[in-house]
Amino acid sequence: MIEARNIDKTFGEHHVLKNVSCNFDKGKTNLIIGQSGSGKTVLMKCLVGLFEVDQGTVMYNNRNFTRMNFEQRKTLRREIGMLFQGGALFDSMNVEQNVMFPLNMFTNQLLEEKRERVNFVLNRVNLENVNRLMPSELSGGMRKRVAIARAIAMNPQYLFCDEPNSGLDPQTSGVIDHLIQEITLEYNITTIVNTHDMNSVLSIGDSVAFIYKGELWWQGDKETILDTENPELNEFVFGTELTSRLKK
Amino acid sequence: MLKVFTSIGNYVMLMRRVFTHPQKRGIFWDQMLTEVNNLGLESLGIVAFISMFMGAVVAIQTAYNIDSPLIPMSMVGFTVRQSVILEFSPTVISLILAGKVGSRIASEIGTMRVTEQIDALEIMGVNSANYLIFPKIIASMLINPVLIVFSMWLGILGGWGAMTATGLVSTNDYVQGLRIDFEGYTIFYALTKTVFFAFIIASVSGFYGYITRGGALEVGQASTKAVVFSSVIIILFNLVLTQLLLT
Ligand SMILES: Nc1ncnc2c1ncn2[C@@H]1O[C@H](COP(=O)(O)OP(=O)(O)OP(=O)(O)O)[C@@H](O)[C@H]1O
Ligand SMILES: [Mg+2]
Repeated sequence: MIEARNIDKTFGEHHVLKNVSCNFDKGKTNLIIGQSGSGKTVLMKCLVGLFEVDQGTVMYNNRNFTRMNFEQRKTLRREIGMLFQGGALFDSMNVEQNVMFPLNMFTNQLLEEKRERVNFVLNRVNLENVNRLMPSELSGGMRKRVAIARAIAMNPQYLFCDEPNSGLDPQTSGVIDHLIQEITLEYNITTIVNTHDMNSVLSIGDSVAFIYKGELWWQGDKETILDTENPELNEFVFGTELTSRLKK
Repeated sequence: MLKVFTSIGNYVMLMRRVFTHPQKRGIFWDQMLTEVNNLGLESLGIVAFISMFMGAVVAIQTAYNIDSPLIPMSMVGFTVRQSVILEFSPTVISLILAGKVGSRIASEIGTMRVTEQIDALEIMGVNSANYLIFPKIIASMLINPVLIVFSMWLGILGGWGAMTATGLVSTNDYVQGLRIDFEGYTIFYALTKTVFFAFIIASVSGFYGYITRGGALEVGQASTKAVVFSSVIIILFNLVLTQLLLT
């Protein structure tokens, strides 16, 4: 379980996160939703320590991450897998080298074993025969999947996904969402997903936190979100043509 | 002024993260060999081209400026040797490399920064500063002296080529000039400077790439800054080192 307690983050004059407290449970896909610019990415980067919080603490299974030094964080991060908004594949390496990278860095496995693991995780994200391709030769959806494969290569305990399905068609989005959910259940890990896609919310939102202008505005799950009275959340949920017509 | 000090402070802090033990020695060696190729061997062509022509020009200039019969034509060889070994190869070629290699390093690392590849490394628990910059610094410090020695040879050869082609100075006179008062120390001096400059190029450019924020535009700016600042620092250190080493 990951706990965020009273997190504050400012960039210069810009107060991006305001006193955000939230728990993210193990074995669940925990969604963070909110409009573009509401602070989802900043919150996620605060949780993993890519941004330092101004105030507040982040706890990983009761381990105080905020207080850890560089070396301690480095060790804890081996339990973290993260999928970035743009994929962040290393563009000087092919798919296999990308996925194998954490194995090369942190294990002493033989090449055979590493290959086996790489093929296993690539298979897990439904990719085959792409080992030799460079990131520039992949489609957006394939890139996301390779990035997921790289994120789970080391069997992480915590999986962070920043907009896993931005820029993908609804079907591919669905595939990626379900993949993330399956992996979460299969390995019983703590997964946190940033999204502003209501399809994802309704299909995989075991727990949903709505961030509005940097504040935690509402918490619930995919069942309760449709019945909420919260006006800002309603606006977010029923903001599109499709959803507003459905509501009527 | 405050900005300058902040930058220097940040640079020093980054270097402290760069100079640590690599996570995996094997991976470090692989990377370093790749960088020796990318940063060094791929610059051979431009270094050769510039060195030959500069050597030739220095020779021709000197030859035409000797109009007193009291000055022997062997002075041409002497002048070419001195200027090539003392300043031209170590300093001017290092400046050229600051442009070529510096912009390459800054844009490579800057692109990795803005596309979150550096974040991805950090999340995995890799010390990204060490992983990305250390091999480049070591590779440059190893390969640049080789490039400079190569440049010295070609500069002198270029001078000789120009003299034989124009018939201004005979091979005998030229070679005799090359041998006047030769001191091995000058080579040592030149290579010491080169190693310093190599460190400056790779670390300063790595720094500007690493601190890039934003997008493609900022990557371009980072690479310009890398070239400008490494060149300026090279010029400043050249003065200091020359003073220190030659007295
Ligand atoms: N490194 C930074 N420096 C300064 N301001 C930043 C930085 N990163 C984010 N911000 C600001 O923080 C606010 C929230 O940004 P964030 O990236 O978290 O939005 P988001 O909710 O992830 O949006 P999107 O859905 O578009 O990805 C924005 O107003 C942005 O300008
Ligand atoms: Mg975002």
